[in-house]
Amino acid sequence: MSQTTARSAPSKSDIAVVPPRRPSPWRDRLSRLDVKASPYLYIAPFFLVFGVVGLFPLLYTGYVSLFDWELGDDNPVFIGFDNYVELFGDDQFYKTLTNTVSIFLLSSGPQIVIAVLLAALLNARLRMPTAWRVGVLLPYAASLVAIGIIFANLFGPNYGLVNSVFELLGLDRVDWQANRFASHIAIAIMVNWRWTGYNALIILAAMKAIPREIYEAAWVDGASPMRRFFSITLPLLRPTLIFVVVTSTIGGLQIFTEPKLFDAMPGSNNGGSTNQFQTVTLYMYQTAFEGQHFGYASATAWVLFLVILVIASLNFLLTRRLVR
Amino acid sequence: MRRAGFWIYGLLGAFVLGSAFPFYWSYLVASRDSGMLTERIPPLIPGGNFWANAQRVFDSVEFWKALVNSVIVAGAVTFSTVLFSTLAGFAFAKLRFRGRDPLFLFIVATLAVPTQLGIIPLYMSMADFGWVGGLWAVMVPNLVTALGVFWMRQYTLDAVPFELVEAARMDGCSMIRVYWHVCLPAVRPAAAFLAMFTFMTSWNDFMWPLIVLDAGNPTVQVALEKLQSGYYIDYSLVLAGTTLATIPILIVFVALGRQIVAGIMQGAVKG
Repeated sequence: MSQTTARSAPSKSDIAVVPPRRPSPWRDRLSRLDVKASPYLYIAPFFLVFGVVGLFPLLYTGYVSLFDWELGDDNPVFIGFDNYVELFGDDQFYKTLTNTVSIFLLSSGPQIVIAVLLAALLNARLRMPTAWRVGVLLPYAASLVAIGIIFANLFGPNYGLVNSVFELLGLDRVDWQANRFASHIAIAIMVNWRWTGYNALIILAAMKAIPREIYEAAWVDGASPMRRFFSITLPLLRPTLIFVVVTSTIGGLQIFTEPKLFDAMPGSNNGGSTNQFQTVTLYMYQTAFEGQHFGYASATAWVLFLVILVIASLNFLLTRRLVR
Repeated sequence: MRRAGFWIYGLLGAFVLGSAFPFYWSYLVASRDSGMLTERIPPLIPGGNFWANAQRVFDSVEFWKALVNSVIVAGAVTFSTVLFSTLAGFAFAKLRFRGRDPLFLFIVATLAVPTQLGIIPLYMSMADFGWVGGLWAVMVPNLVTALGVFWMRQYTLDAVPFELVEAARMDGCSMIRVYWHVCLPAVRPAAAFLAMFTFMTSWNDFMWPLIVLDAGNPTVQVALEKLQSGYYIDYSLVLAGTTLATIPILIVFVALGRQIVAGIMQGAVKG
């Protein structure tokens, strides 16, 4: 009973079977059952819920994707990989994939850089440090729907505040809806607005965990603040940065609410009149719940799943290499 | 570390202003009428129309019902997530059982699984159960999360002294009483953070409620979307709804800001 597996804490933190104070055979057996069964009972809810609403649907998506399956269909027709064949010849799919990656790059790249800088600012000796942290985290309180509505208004092509400011500054108005690249920037700004402060706090926590002696030693050796930042802070932040990059990849490539709410055509799932900012998840949603083609939408979901897997691992390797 | 100077305060101040501005803008538009948006230089001081616009929100969509629904859903989801996560966290951190480490590793791995992509079969099963349109369909998938279990396990490792657990066992406490009297009091701060976090996440959840609920029985976020998808977007109306839906969360957020910030930062170090 004393042996522990490699990953677990030392055996001191585990419970061995401790006999109760007055052992009677019946109580003893009950107590032993308690010790044996309780752990499984306590962790069962997670596995039950995850199995039923997480894992099973994800796998079943693969199954559905092999059928011509409409909403409420009792006899779906098995069509093998036809959905995938059709998908790979579908211009709209490629367009949405490009949009998704473009919005993702425009949001995650600047976001990480700004978050690191913001964390460095917050790491200075401030008056009322907590108040500043809460201030920076404020956007996190807004729902994605609220953000989508507010920013759709701010970036309105005709009466939006952003264009008014542009005009005041003597710049040209931008059609944030119709212009494909501009719409991606606008959506990326929403994403960045919500997540930069949150990620900055995570990075700040990691910065605070760096031992001060390292900085002092570098200071004694005459390293400039710049040098200290790039040679000490950044490399030691690596695990945290990898974590932030990977989570933002998984979330960023599934982006749905922002493009849906950004559309000037109310209630539309098109992502703009020519799908200029429709993302893959929005396309999947449209196919499934507007067009009711469950099979085709499932194929889309599976391909997106693989894309996320590939890009997340690429990012992982890249972050590991870049931040040494 | 130097004491922060003018530049640092200036930059941070600009950041916080930028963070707060969209909230203010939302209230600003909501407190006037849509005519303000056509002015070349929009006024930056609130007008007096907020309550009138808010009234129109309640007339246009089922906003009361949405608020009640959201409180029910977020409340139930929070309660069950905290209960099941603390239980599982206790088991993974302090109990010994066969398969513990692989099972925990599995949970960590599921953190990276984009489960949102399984919504089509999820919708099909909900339709089979006849749950579409009801609150159950929104609550059940979120009863406990991998993040919650992971977070509670990490916290329980350090927070609950083994000696205490052992002493309670010696005194003849059953496992569930050890959990209740020893573990739960010790992990209360982490559980409180998990509760706030879960409530906010659930309150703000959108895609799945949009799919399974209909306009007659919405959550707040779904009602907001319905408000926006009218034939013509009346922004003073839509942003009044947005402001109404955001203010409660914003108040809670600012009031508990210290704990939320501490929770996020602790989670970062332990994760």
